[in-house]
Amino acid sequence: MAALWTLLFCLVWPACLALTPPAELPQPHNLPPVLGMNSSDGSPSVDVPMALRVFSMDYHHVQAPFEIVLWIMLASLAKLGFHWSGRVPAVVPESCLLIMVGLLVGGVIYGVRHSAPPTLSADAFFLFLLPPIVLDAGYFLPGRLFFENLGTILWYAVLGTLWNVLGIGLSLYGVCLLAQNSLGDVSLLHCLLFGSLIAAVDPVAVLSVFQEMHVNDQLHILVFGESLLNDAVTVVLYKLFESFLRLPTVSGLDVLLGGCRVVVVGLGGLFVGLFFGLLAALTSRFTSRAQVIAPLFVFLYSYLSYLTSEMLHLSGIMAIVTCAVTMKQYVEANVSERSNTSIQYFLKMWSSVSETLIFIFLGVSTIQDVHMWSWPFVCSTLLLCLIWRASGVLLLTAVVNKLRRNAVTFRDQFIIAYGGLRGAICFSLVFLIDDFPKKRLFITTTIVVILFTVFVQGMTIKPLVELLDVKRKKRALPTVSEEIHSRLIDYLLAGIEDVVGYWGQHYWKDKFEQFNRKYLRRFLIREDHQARSSILRVYQELERREQRGDEETPPLVDPRSHSRPLLPGEMDSIRRILSRNLQSFNNKTPAYSRHTLNQDANKDRMRKPLHRHQSLGERYTFTQQAEDGEFSGSGRPRKGLSRSHTVCSISPRPVFQETSVSPASAQTAETPNSSSTSREDPVSVQNQTTVGGAPRKHLSFVLENEEK
Amino acid sequence: MGSSSSNMNHIPNAQELMQETGFSAAHLLRLYERFEFLDRDGKGELSPDDFEAVRELALNPIGGRIIEAFFPQGQETVDFASFVRVLAHFRPNDPNRKDGAQQDQANSRTRKLKFAFQLYDQDRDGKISRNELLQVLRAMLGIQVTEEQLQSIAERAIQEADLDRDGAISFDEFKKSLEKVNIDHKMSVRFLK
Repeated sequence: MAALWTLLFCLVWPACLALTPPAELPQPHNLPPVLGMNSSDGSPSVDVPMALRVFSMDYHHVQAPFEIVLWIMLASLAKLGFHWSGRVPAVVPESCLLIMVGLLVGGVIYGVRHSAPPTLSADAFFLFLLPPIVLDAGYFLPGRLFFENLGTILWYAVLGTLWNVLGIGLSLYGVCLLAQNSLGDVSLLHCLLFGSLIAAVDPVAVLSVFQEMHVNDQLHILVFGESLLNDAVTVVLYKLFESFLRLPTVSGLDVLLGGCRVVVVGLGGLFVGLFFGLLAALTSRFTSRAQVIAPLFVFLYSYLSYLTSEMLHLSGIMAIVTCAVTMKQYVEANVSERSNTSIQYFLKMWSSVSETLIFIFLGVSTIQDVHMWSWPFVCSTLLLCLIWRASGVLLLTAVVNKLRRNAVTFRDQFIIAYGGLRGAICFSLVFLIDDFPKKRLFITTTIVVILFTVFVQGMTIKPLVELLDVKRKKRALPTVSEEIHSRLIDYLLAGIEDVVGYWGQHYWKDKFEQFNRKYLRRFLIREDHQARSSILRVYQELERREQRGDEETPPLVDPRSHSRPLLPGEMDSIRRILSRNLQSFNNKTPAYSRHTLNQDANKDRMRKPLHRHQSLGERYTFTQQAEDGEFSGSGRPRKGLSRSHTVCSISPRPVFQETSVSPASAQTAETPNSSSTSREDPVSVQNQTTVGGAPRKHLSFVLENEEK
Repeated sequence: MGSSSSNMNHIPNAQELMQETGFSAAHLLRLYERFEFLDRDGKGELSPDDFEAVRELALNPIGGRIIEAFFPQGQETVDFASFVRVLAHFRPNDPNRKDGAQQDQANSRTRKLKFAFQLYDQDRDGKISRNELLQVLRAMLGIQVTEEQLQSIAERAIQEADLDRDGAISFDEFKKSLEKVNIDHKMSVRFLK
C-alpha cells in the first residue's frame, strides 16, 4: 500500500507540473534538426546544431498525447488507490473521492501557475467522455427488466423531467423577481434554461453511488433507465430554450414547434441507433475470417451512430443506447467467445476510465477564476432542486402504483428522489450557454449543486436508507411465513402473466420474437450459428442454474431436528436470502455493476459445456420434435412436467447427456418427496459431480424414471 | 360491443362463462385469442406442451406446478372453459359488483388463497407438510442457500403458522398467516386489452 502511494505521489507531482500548459505558444513541432540548414520561419528557438547532440528533449513534439496519457494515468491510479484504501470505500462513494483528487490536482496547478487549470471542454466531454459510458450502459442493459418497466421509466423520465424543469425554472424566476436588486437581469427564459440543465439527473453519478448500496434490481432499473432517458429530454429542452433565447420573440407557434422537436429528436435518435445497430449486426456476420477485428466493429458502429445523431441534432444518447441494445444479441451470436469477452472488457475499461476522468475534471474545473456568488440564488436552487424532485416523485408514483403490481414502495421513492444526483452533464451544458452577464453565476451555482448532491447526498443516502429500513422493520415485522408465501405468490403471478401474455406486452414480444426468428436472425446471424435456437438458450439458462445448484449439495439432515427460536441475525439473513433470490429470478443477469463482469464471466463458463452442441443444435431440435411425436400418446408423469424431462427420459444418445440431463436433474431435485431417501442418495450424490461427470447422472436418471 | 359479438360466436358458452367468471366480453375475447395463440396445433385444447412453449414459464422455479394447476385431476388437456375458469381466480376484485354470494366468486380472497395453497399441497391432503414446504423453498431459493438454512427457514415458517401443533399448515392457518397481506392486489392480473 505504501508503495502504491509513493508511486502515486511521484507520478502526480511532475504530472501536475507537466500538465500546466506553457504560457507562450508551443514551438513548431516537426522541425527536423538538419545540419547546416537555417530555418527561415523566424522562430527564435530554432538552434542550428553545431555538433551532434547525444541527448535532447523535445516535449512539444509529443505534448498533446503526452498530456492526455498523463491525465488518464492519474485518473486510473486514483481509482486504484481508492480501492486499496481500506475502509474508505464503505463510507465515501468513489465519485466523491475522485472529485477530491481533482480538487487537489486543480489546487496544485493553480498554486503553481496562479491561473486557472485546464477545464473540461464541453466538446471533449460530449464527444469523447460521454459515449463510452452510455455505450457500456446500453450494452449491459438488462433487457427484459427494462422493457417490463418501460412504462414506468418513461413516465418518470419524461413527465418527471418536465415537472422538474418547469418547476425549478419558474420558481427560480420568482426568486429572481423577489431579489430584484442583485438578480434583476435574469430573464424568464434564462431561468428556464438553467432549470432544464440543472434538473438532469446524471446516470454516471447515480450509478457510482448505487454500487455501494444494496438496491434491488427493480429500483436499479427504474433509476438507471430514468437517468438515461431523461438525458434525451433534458438536452432537447436545453437546446430548445437556447434557440428560444436567440430568437427575437417567442410565439405560441414556436412553443408548439418546440414540442414537436422533442418528439423528433427522441425518435430520430432511436431510428439512427436502430439503423446502425442492424448494420453492425450484419457486419459481424462476416467476421469469421478476421476474428480479431470483430470487436472493433461494435465500437465503430456505436460511435458512428452517436456522431451521426449529434450531427443531425438528434439525441446521441438515445442513438447509442438503441444501437447497443439492438446489435447485442446478433453480435454475441456471431462472433467468437474471445471476441465477446474482448468487447465486454473493453467496454468496461473505457467506461471506467471515462467516468474517472469526468469526476477528476469536475474537481479540477472547480478551481477557477470565474466564480460569482449570490446567496439567494445558490441556496434557493439547492432547495428547489430537492423540493421539486421529491414532490415530482411522490406525485408520479402515486399515479403509477395503481397500474403496477409491484408497487414502488416508500423506501424506493425515497431512494429515487434522494438519489437524484447531478453530474457532469449539467456541468458541460452550463459552459455551453451563450455569454450573458450572469453566466458566471450559473456556473458557480451548477458546481455547487453538483458538489452538494454528490458529496452530501451521495454520502448520506446509504445511512438514511438503513435508518428507514430499521424504522420499517420496527413497525411491521413480516413473518417468515408471510415472506415465503408472498414470494410464492409473486412467482405464481409472474407465471400466470406469462401464460396470459400480460398487458399485451408479451403479445408484442411474441410477435417480435417471431419476426426476429423468421427474418432478422436468418439475415443477421451466420448460418452455422443460427441453430442456437431459443430452446438452446433456455437450456443454457437451466444448465446455468443447475450448475449453481450443483455447488450446494443437499446433505441429508434429519428433518426432525429440534426446533429452536431463530436469532435476529439469522432472521435478517433469511430475509435477505429471500429477497435476493426473488429478484434474481426476475431478470436473467444480476444487478448491473460498472466495475465487474461477474455475470458475464459466469455466463461464459456456463456456455462452454454447450459449445460442443452448437453444431449439433439442428439435429437436437430435430430429435426433439420426433420425440414429442413419439411421446404424445403415452401417459405422462405428473411430477416435474417439462419438455426437457420428456426428452431426457427416452433419449438414448449419449451425446446429449450434458444438456439434457441437467434440466432433468433440476426437475428431480424438485421432486424428492416421491422418492424414498435411499433412492435420493444416488441422485444427490451424482448431483455433486460437475457436468463433466455426465454419464453417471444420465444413468441415475434412467433408474429414477424406470421406477416410476 | 356490437363488433366483438360476431367473434364471440366462436367461443362456446360465452354467456355462461362470462356469468360464471365475471370476465367482460372484451376480456373473454382477448383470452380466447391468447388461447388460440398458445394452441399451436389448433386442437381446441391445450396440453402441457403448449404451456411449456412459453419460454419464461420454463424458467420459473414453480413453473411446473403452475402448469399442473391448469389441469384438474386426471385430465391431459384443458379446454377454453377450464382455462378461463382457472384464470378467473386472478381477476381483480371489483368492489362495485353487487351481486351477492361474494364468497363464491372465483376471485374472492378465499379462492385466491386456496389456489396458492394448492401449489404447495401436491398430494391434496389439505395440509402443507414440512416436506412440501421444503420442496417449494428449494425450488424458489436456488442459489447460495445451504440445506441447513433451508431447514431452519422451513422450521421457522411452520412454527409461526402452525397453531394446532400438528407439524403441518392447514388451509386456515395458511390464511391466517397471510392476513396482513393485500392478497387482492398481489394476486391480480390486470387483464387489460
